[in-house]
Amino acid sequence: MNRPGYHGRFGGAFLPEILVATFDQLGQAFAQAKADPSFWQEYTELMSTYSCRPTPLTPADNLSRHFGGARIFVKREDLNHTGAHKANNVMAQGLLVRRMGKTRVIAETGAGQHGVATATMAARFGFSCTVYMGEEDVERQRPNVFWMQQLGAEVVPVRDGSRTLKDAINEALRDWARNMDDTHYVLGTASGPHPYPEMVAYFQSIIGLEARKQILAQAGKLPKRVYACVGGGSNAMGIFSGFMDDDVELVGVEAGGKGLGTGMHAARLASDQGSVGVAQGYKTYFLQDDDGQMRDTHSVAAGLDYVGVSPILAHLHETGRARFESATDAEVVEALRLTMRMEGLIPALESAHAFAQAFKEAPKLGSDDVIVINQSGRGDKDIFTVADAIGDPDWERFIIKKAEAYHA
Amino acid sequence: MLESYIRSRRQEKDILLMTHIVLGYPDFETSLALVETMVQAGVDLMELQIPFSEPIADGPVIARACQKALERGVTVRRCLEAAHEAAANNDIPFLFMSYFNILFKYGTDAFVQRAREAGIKGAIVPDVPPEEGDEYLTAMTAHGLDPIFIFAPTSTDDRMKIVARHARGFVYCVARKGVTGEKTEFSRDLDGYLARCRRATELPLALGFGVSSPEDVDALRGRVDIAVVGSQAIRVLEDKGAAAVGEFIAGLRK
Ligand SMILES: Cc1ncc(COP(=O)(O)O)c(C=O)c1O
Repeated sequence: MNRPGYHGRFGGAFLPEILVATFDQLGQAFAQAKADPSFWQEYTELMSTYSCRPTPLTPADNLSRHFGGARIFVKREDLNHTGAHKANNVMAQGLLVRRMGKTRVIAETGAGQHGVATATMAARFGFSCTVYMGEEDVERQRPNVFWMQQLGAEVVPVRDGSRTLKDAINEALRDWARNMDDTHYVLGTASGPHPYPEMVAYFQSIIGLEARKQILAQAGKLPKRVYACVGGGSNAMGIFSGFMDDDVELVGVEAGGKGLGTGMHAARLASDQGSVGVAQGYKTYFLQDDDGQMRDTHSVAAGLDYVGVSPILAHLHETGRARFESATDAEVVEALRLTMRMEGLIPALESAHAFAQAFKEAPKLGSDDVIVINQSGRGDKDIFTVADAIGDPDWERFIIKKAEAYHA
Repeated sequence: MLESYIRSRRQEKDILLMTHIVLGYPDFETSLALVETMVQAGVDLMELQIPFSEPIADGPVIARACQKALERGVTVRRCLEAAHEAAANNDIPFLFMSYFNILFKYGTDAFVQRAREAGIKGAIVPDVPPEEGDEYLTAMTAHGLDPIFIFAPTSTDDRMKIVARHARGFVYCVARKGVTGEKTEFSRDLDGYLARCRRATELPLALGFGVSSPEDVDALRGRVDIAVVGSQAIRVLEDKGAAAVGEFIAGLRK
């Protein structure tokens, strides 16, 4: 099936009529940018002067020795400005917004990561910026809310639904339906209605382009496997796209939460609990009940805590081109600890899912094999969440003292 | 089917009223009582909304009503039963309003067939544009239900013609940008837009989004065939109770 916006039977643009013209306009602007070589050049130049592109590929030799199997390399998206791959997509969309002549951007955010990246981009380009964030996430991610506000963005807590990421997306779509003339919606992942999945995957493909060159230069061969965590699917699509036509196994790692048997997870593809549906403007695998109502999801990593998944990944899942696994909260915290101790790297809790799965598989591979883990973001800025996840008693005492100081 | 009903009703009334309720909000007993009240108050058509957890085209009032209904355990099966009861006891056409996933997950054809058996005449599914509508339109045609499509002020003339090719019954014209439940100025501005809608289709036109007072309905007389009242009826229900809804509706066309 080759309908535009479709990847196999997934994707599409299930839009209310009020937004159809706006999506058409965006689709055209993206197609023009993609066809214009100066756009990609402008994008890579911007990312090399404003962010830290190309990001390095780090050999993780201590971890490799520890597991005694494949040689592990880490693609360092954590070294982007604002600390995650989210910056890639956001800066490229900023360039597109400028081309379209719009002056205001809106975004949804779960962990706050994409919100901070968007607020940063808006500050840099001189756009006004509103970020929708589920009320529950506003509570959980106060430091990111603080930064968004300092960067000049308005943060709107969303009180509807489950008060998390999917509800922030609904609210951003409603804002857009009202303000499409001057406003662009900077969607943060490779999900949503066409052209977002394709567009965000294209912007993020900068990760895979670099990684492929780097691994050939540094290891002299292609990797056996590439690992990436999967929330909406943007960092995974970004790194996978560099190896799509190679004999390289692509492994997406979803949030196993408290375990697939508990129902408290976000494994749409890796569990047998996801099913095909249409919501938030596109067709993919969702975690939903028999009536088609979306279920609550859970992950220690807010950025993976989402009911839907990129339609492109759903298609790769169905064709078998990519394999999907899940890592539990507990496995993820353990992988994070080990990575900090052995390599001095601090992956974001999201990224640590990819590490956890790679650690399960590396020992079973040969010493001639090479694998790449995409470190989509850094964890040190998530100090509150990480400290909670690790359960560090000294940190807890510090917070209590700090709170007392505010009371005094 | 709907079209001829609307045309014959229009012989008697200079504007028709379509109202909206969320099935199971605040509970099914109240939903069915509201239907009776509204029909007695002279409503000509009704939308019965089956709650969906991601109502992207709805504003805060309707979205919250849907959410509360779902929190109380409303199921699609129970909505179909309630619709059946409403249609059996009241002599006006009823339409389903919902999002595509509700139909898709049930099995689109099976859902439309059940809707027909329940006495439903048509459906408004705002997240199915004609381009994505093959499965939906095939089922609606097979079972003789009218798919109601939507025009928006952002729709170009060409786009309206595409939409109109698939529309049956009437066309729902959204009065302004945004979602349901916000204030609309029914000023002269609407004339250019409504003239474009008129040129794009021969079908009767309904206008909704922000219709909330007798003045609003007055302003639509002679300009469209049907005035659609959605969020405001829910507000009246929440503020003043079910009994006040009848008075509110009856007062709209004085
Ligand atoms: C560091 C990091 N990695 C991964 C994700 C998940 O998003 P995606 O699947 O689009 O890469 C997020 C989302 O917030 C994130 O912050």
